[in-house]
Amino acid sequence: MISPYYYQLLVITCINVIMALSLNLVTGCAGQLSLGHAAFMGIGAYTAGILTSVYGVPFLLALIAGGVSAALFGLIVGLPTLRLKGDYLAIATLGFGEIIRVTILNMKITGGAFGLRGIAKEANLATAAAAVFLAYWTLMRLMKSRFGRALTAIREDEVAAGAMGIDITRHKVLAFVIGAAWAGIAGGLFAHWFRYLNPSSFAFARSVEILSMVVLGGMGSLEGPVIGAVVLTYAPEILRGASDFVSRYRMFFYGAILVIMMLVRPQGLVGAGVFRNGLRLPEIHGLRGSKARRMQGPKLRTQETAKDSQQHAFAKGLGAAMPGGHRKGSTGTGVRQRGGDQHADS
Amino acid sequence: MLQQVVNGLTLGSTYALIALGYTMVYGVLRLINFAHGEVYMIGAFTGLMASQIPGLPFPAALLIAMAGAAVVGVAIERIAYRPLRKAPRLAALISAIGMSIFLRNLTLAVMGPQTRAFPVPFEVRHFSIGRLRINSFDVLILVTSVGLMIGLHFLVQKAKIGKAMRATAQDMETASLMGIDVNRVIAFTFAVGSALAAAAGVLIGMNFNAVEPSMGMMPGLKGFVAAVLGGVGSIPGAMIGGILLGMAEVMGVALLRSEWRDAIAFGILALVLLIKPSGIFGGNLQEKV
Repeated sequence: MISPYYYQLLVITCINVIMALSLNLVTGCAGQLSLGHAAFMGIGAYTAGILTSVYGVPFLLALIAGGVSAALFGLIVGLPTLRLKGDYLAIATLGFGEIIRVTILNMKITGGAFGLRGIAKEANLATAAAAVFLAYWTLMRLMKSRFGRALTAIREDEVAAGAMGIDITRHKVLAFVIGAAWAGIAGGLFAHWFRYLNPSSFAFARSVEILSMVVLGGMGSLEGPVIGAVVLTYAPEILRGASDFVSRYRMFFYGAILVIMMLVRPQGLVGAGVFRNGLRLPEIHGLRGSKARRMQGPKLRTQETAKDSQQHAFAKGLGAAMPGGHRKGSTGTGVRQRGGDQHADS
Repeated sequence: MLQQVVNGLTLGSTYALIALGYTMVYGVLRLINFAHGEVYMIGAFTGLMASQIPGLPFPAALLIAMAGAAVVGVAIERIAYRPLRKAPRLAALISAIGMSIFLRNLTLAVMGPQTRAFPVPFEVRHFSIGRLRINSFDVLILVTSVGLMIGLHFLVQKAKIGKAMRATAQDMETASLMGIDVNRVIAFTFAVGSALAAAAGVLIGMNFNAVEPSMGMMPGLKGFVAAVLGGVGSIPGAMIGGILLGMAEVMGVALLRSEWRDAIAFGILALVLLIKPSGIFGGNLQEKV
């Protein structure tokens, strides 16, 4: 048997993978930056923990209730902020996370700053792993569905997606609510593994940690968040012995990871995964490269504008503009230019 | 009641100073500069260190803090935002939040987590006008922030660089075609915004007698809320929004319990986004195609 230390580490990894996958749906697929993901985890954790310890509700039911209550809060935060184009969600979730933390701190039933004690140890590696597989499977199905493609379209160009008849607000809010629900379930697992909850476990730092996992692994892909979560769960443990500085100033490194990844490799460690898994792009990419050129004849090479609009149509239709594509961008904005540049380089 | 108005004014004018930085940067780059709260914090630290130099008068320490923060602000833009100017918005936003976390924790590592006291460089006096009580801090905060805002108004409306800023905010590409060095204008915008945040940081740090690495987070967020309330991108909007937010917060705390202090700001944000997302003075937020 594996030692209790590694067993615990594996459970934590499972919880982090669910968190990263669910944030990825919001940030990676739909392109909406959420900075309060840990708050949803906290809501799920406290809901499930209180339900089992105070009201004697069965574990699985409490887990689902945690997910539902987190989803409900997701709806409350998401509706006013996601209606608008822009970056309001980032600020609103950041503020929401702080308010939730303060509210939990000031409530009686949550135990306030002393924390919630006496939760039964119901979760184990098997339940955590099962939850990971369920989360992975549902999110994979979701991302490959019409709904997932609509999210990608919204991420790439909201105006164009709206013109294609996608109900932008509905899709964004739904993605946000589903992400919150899975975060709540991860929170329930957390509660029934550690048996003790403290508001500081769900503070801003945790949200940043999860965002770093998603960004490091690769936004928008399925493997990316998993790999990011595994790496960032194990790295501090491995480095703990090597250097005191690393474990002491983890947040310092998370901040640096976010900036450096955006500057150097915005698609993440396994960013190419988006194309393999989500949209099966390689084949079509081949078509774009050689066959498309042949089909269009010399017109493509001589007329810059015609070429651009051709690429535009291709890129839009396939949601091809990848998060990493922007580095080659020169002037102008939007998918048009990015798609065009990618093509010119390939 | 009148007392609360004065308290709201002093608090609000510091929010306004922070909001100005957000709104100016948003005006030219359409980017929320998440690291703005950290610039405020670094400004407070710089001011604290400068005020410990013996014999240095307070206005000089304030200027040093503003200059130091301006350098930091320009550096942030150069390192974390400029390479991503043509990138999708999400990339710049993540870079911004990363920069904010990085700076906060860098300060934490260098300066330590403890809260430092801000030595008061002058004698604190209390004035009473009827039942109204005002101390030197209130006067200093109001005079300094109003002075800075008037200065900013003239800079933006009358100076050549201000004209260039307004042109860049309107249309970056066209501005650069007209011979405006857009990079220089953006760097200048960051410098001015950061200097204003630093002034707010020094004033608040001194008023509450506390400077610490995480002090920038909440004022940073509230500065943004103030900017949204006034209309993101609008300079008079940021001033009015800041003062309104300060008033609302002081009144709210007087009516409710003080734990809800931070919730008030975000309640206002939610209301503004639901009712009038463009804010009081905001223009059309619709994206141009």
